[in-house]
Amino acid sequence: MIQVMRWLIWRDMTLAMRRKAEVLTTLLFFVIVVTLFPLGVGPEIDMLQEIAPGVLWVAALLASMLSLNRLFADDYVDGTLEQMIISSQPLALLVLSKILSHWFLTGLPLVLISPILGFQLGLETESIIILMMTLLIGTPVLSLIGAVGAGLTLGVRGGGVLLSLLVLPLYIPVLIFGSGAVDAARSGLGVEAHFSLLGAFLVGALLLAPLGAAAALRISLD
Amino acid sequence: MLECINLECMRGDRRLFSALNFSLYEGELLHIKGVNGSGKTSLMRIIAGLMLQEDGEIHWNGKNIRKLREEYQKDMLYLGHLPGIKADLTALENLRVNSAMSGNEISEDVAWDALGNIGLKGREDLPARVLSQGQQRRVALSGMLVSKAKIWILDEPFTALDVKAVAMLQDVLGEHLENNGMIVLSTHQDFTVSRGSMRMIDLGALEAHQ
Repeated sequence: MIQVMRWLIWRDMTLAMRRKAEVLTTLLFFVIVVTLFPLGVGPEIDMLQEIAPGVLWVAALLASMLSLNRLFADDYVDGTLEQMIISSQPLALLVLSKILSHWFLTGLPLVLISPILGFQLGLETESIIILMMTLLIGTPVLSLIGAVGAGLTLGVRGGGVLLSLLVLPLYIPVLIFGSGAVDAARSGLGVEAHFSLLGAFLVGALLLAPLGAAAALRISLD
Repeated sequence: MLECINLECMRGDRRLFSALNFSLYEGELLHIKGVNGSGKTSLMRIIAGLMLQEDGEIHWNGKNIRKLREEYQKDMLYLGHLPGIKADLTALENLRVNSAMSGNEISEDVAWDALGNIGLKGREDLPARVLSQGQQRRVALSGMLVSKAKIWILDEPFTALDVKAVAMLQDVLGEHLENNGMIVLSTHQDFTVSRGSMRMIDLGALEAHQ
């Protein structure tokens, strides 16, 4: 079982490394969206600090959503998804492997580059560390929830727009507690509650989302 | 043993077939015939468990495949119209990943041999993108050579293959039947297998009766 997951993750990583453009698109989108804000609202550092957590988190949501419709689309077109469904291994585990590689390729780079962008918006070191930690816990939740939406909209015409309408509202709790934690840290309040809740989202999504996405895929391919 | 009981398939409002009964024993090949749109692919997808039938049941060794699920899927190999090949992976990587995904991990040597046997010698290390249509098809079919599945479900396996490859594929099919395997196959082409026994269902004729 573990071997199959390893093979699948290896495959998705190898494919991504041979077509780097797709990984870079998400990352560059994130960087550009965040960079637009100082240009748009002006360079006052107080203002930028104020909006920084929200801006970074919204940009992360959009960036992670951008790559979602590619999560299963390629496998669907070339027939590997069919083979996944009739594999003797549990589909939910295969889906989980795909979600993991999706997060490695789109979520983790956002986490790693976020300090630079936080610095650009004038955040202090402590806030930046909190921001990184919220993103580290929060972005896997985005990939997990997004996978269910991606499964449901697979093969639907205009699925991309539908996917955002379906998934963005579900991202709201993560957004609230993710950016909330950074805000709380900036005003010197405790952040444990925010982290507990984000952690709970992660655990819940980790348990339920692969099952949901697997069911969605079965329906989409019927 | 594979048993189909009273199968019915609807696509939209159209009934493709109904009250379809047959059973398939070890060493037998079932050739599914029929005009375009008569439901060959649908039938095979239903047997493979990819599609839900409108009515009826499919039993594998006496148990419903919906209940067996992973146990049945371990015994089954399905090759559809889509090759299941990643253009950016080499032939070798494709074969090994696909095989591992179906629950049968193979070593590099085994994969290398299988690709050689299917006529891809010297191309094992090329990305599938640069292979021709027929060669990509061969990569997909090479999965049969390493498979441990008992029942093979092959949707138009002869498409895009040259004469030599068709002959080779027929040998592979014969060998599988000799080893007590079962095959469900659809094609418009004439073909023969040297071993095992062959049966036929004509979905087009079935429709004409109703």
